[in-house]
Amino acid sequence: MKKPESVIIELAPRFEVGAKSALQNTQLRRNMGKATQTIRGKRASVVDELADWESLRVAGQQIKDEVLQNLDTYLEQLEATVTQAGGQVHWAKDAQEANDIVTRLIRATGSHEIIKVKSLTTDEIRLNEALELAGITAIETDLAELIIQLAHEKSSHILVPAIHKNRSEIRALFQKSMNLPDLTDEPSALAGAARQFLREKFMSVRVATSGANFAIAETGSVCVVESEGNGRMCLTMPEVLISVMGIEKILPRWQDLGVFMQLLPRSSTGERMNPYTTIWTGVHANDGPKEFHLVLLDNGRSDVLADAVGRQTLHCIRCSACINVCPVYERTGGHAYGSVYPGPIGAILTPQLVGTAYADSLPYASSLCGACYDVCPVRINIPEILVHLRGKVVAEKQTKPQSWFDGENVGMKAMALTFAHQRTYELAQRAGQLAQWPFVQDEYIEQGPGPLGKWTAMRDFPAIPAQSFRDWWRERQRDE
Amino acid sequence: MNNPSRTAMLAKIRAAIHSGTRGAHHESQTSVPYSTQDDGDRVARIALFAHRVAEYKAWVGYCTADGIAVAIAERLTFRGKQRMVIPVDLPAEWLPVDIEFIRDTQLDRTVIAGMDGVLSGAALGIAQTGTIVLDGGKFQGRRMISLLPDYHLCMIHAQDIVGVVPEAFAQLAMMRQTPIQPYTFISGPSATSDIELNRVEGVHGPRTLDVLIVQ
Repeated sequence: MKKPESVIIELAPRFEVGAKSALQNTQLRRNMGKATQTIRGKRASVVDELADWESLRVAGQQIKDEVLQNLDTYLEQLEATVTQAGGQVHWAKDAQEANDIVTRLIRATGSHEIIKVKSLTTDEIRLNEALELAGITAIETDLAELIIQLAHEKSSHILVPAIHKNRSEIRALFQKSMNLPDLTDEPSALAGAARQFLREKFMSVRVATSGANFAIAETGSVCVVESEGNGRMCLTMPEVLISVMGIEKILPRWQDLGVFMQLLPRSSTGERMNPYTTIWTGVHANDGPKEFHLVLLDNGRSDVLADAVGRQTLHCIRCSACINVCPVYERTGGHAYGSVYPGPIGAILTPQLVGTAYADSLPYASSLCGACYDVCPVRINIPEILVHLRGKVVAEKQTKPQSWFDGENVGMKAMALTFAHQRTYELAQRAGQLAQWPFVQDEYIEQGPGPLGKWTAMRDFPAIPAQSFRDWWRERQRDE
Repeated sequence: MNNPSRTAMLAKIRAAIHSGTRGAHHESQTSVPYSTQDDGDRVARIALFAHRVAEYKAWVGYCTADGIAVAIAERLTFRGKQRMVIPVDLPAEWLPVDIEFIRDTQLDRTVIAGMDGVLSGAALGIAQTGTIVLDGGKFQGRRMISLLPDYHLCMIHAQDIVGVVPEAFAQLAMMRQTPIQPYTFISGPSATSDIELNRVEGVHGPRTLDVLIVQ
């Protein structure tokens, strides 16, 4: 079994605990409600523009299926094409190995600081912390990542990590940390402050790290999609570029970008196209970094690949459409999930990457409404995987001797036995009719006894009626 | 390649592919071809390109092939730009006389950053998304020159504008060289959606983008 500290999971409280305190934060709920509504509207309008959107989704799903079926072949092909173009490829089976490789590469340059393009994969492996231990400062250059870094907070959304903060909170932070007492809360002024703050770093730092949105096996090209130009800066200005990518980010052919460069921007920021995309292939003479390293990261992904139901999770292109549409996320925000990956995708990805034993509350962080599946640009059936993982959580619990004393488990097993036979079912129904009277009010049980109280804390249970359907049916047949 | 991690990873992946396929139920989905070509007429395509670029809060104008220098002079005067960096191969007849143009003969980055702006050509445009693609080819220069200055005036020929995104990738594959060029896709000035998920134009890349379509 993997150790949880190898990746994303903090020693975070269980989802229901984190969610409860998040729900009491009214400022957070206001910020989240406003932001998710804005982005949902934008996505819907640009998606509706494309008559062939559903065909693109199917194409995206099929390309990703093909990648996963032949992942070994495509990885070897990518290694060959990147190497031929002058890049160097490294293989990292887990977070530790990836961090060691990146640290060694940076040390070889003699540089003590790096500039970073926003990258979930490097958040997942906690690269910044590993570098800090090695005496290397990582400077986040994406505006939201910078906000989070300056505030010493954690990301709450994969696309816009500082979504939980509003403009006046950001202004207060910048006034203090950038020493700009007269800064206003106009978003353009805040963006201007970040431009000034980071420019000198872009001009002078010799090493950059990035993730990768796509890597093309056919050509060895790597693609980074962004908005602000900090990506272009990091991918163009330094001498050495180190990119860390999950092994599932491969696309077989160059032309596949024609599908994914439609799916991603529209699903992500709700734009027809994101402001900037950089596609580079190895190293280019007289243009950009002189040294390029590509680190291929597994870190639990091959375990996901081995699960017939869960495998489709690896289709994910990290667009965040599922997060923005999720009624649970909209109310709790991202921190309650205790992982780099929040929302519906996080609820299925995190438990699979670290093992369900270490994130057993996350598959329950959903009402199974299915809105996430509808918007997913690569058609990941998130509700199906959530149910699959819930089954795994229960099955894992049942292997332990403690499960014999666990009320829920004992109750569920008893219920399974009772419901399996007509006779026992009807007897239980009778017993329930008699036993329920102290709790029934207007045909509903609003507060159940003992452990059932947890269930009724959020919903009412309809009381068992005096005449059951079975009784009624028998009576009806007698009368005929 | 004798790398133990590589060997172990590939072995694990091969085993996973096999076990993940067993018992998998595949929701069969017939693929319907997505649109790979825009069949609309040329005039409508160019108009759509101009419209979509403008929606990103970039300025868009038109000029004729023999009016390029005049149109450039007008635009730069309007913006108040005096010193512009240009790619080494930009045609001299494009350049108006009373503005200073400095060719990028591997200039130092601080010199480029100190310019009022950059004037460049483009590899192609995408009408559907209002996107300009640079590939470092003809009249485009190094990536750095279109990145560091705060202002970008980009010239694009009408015949280089394609309809939809897949057409652009097909076109770029045909224009591909060995070694492969670096590509930059530009859709409007630099922007961020990081503050309350509202788009704000202007962060690290050029904060002002003007596009001239040459007809």
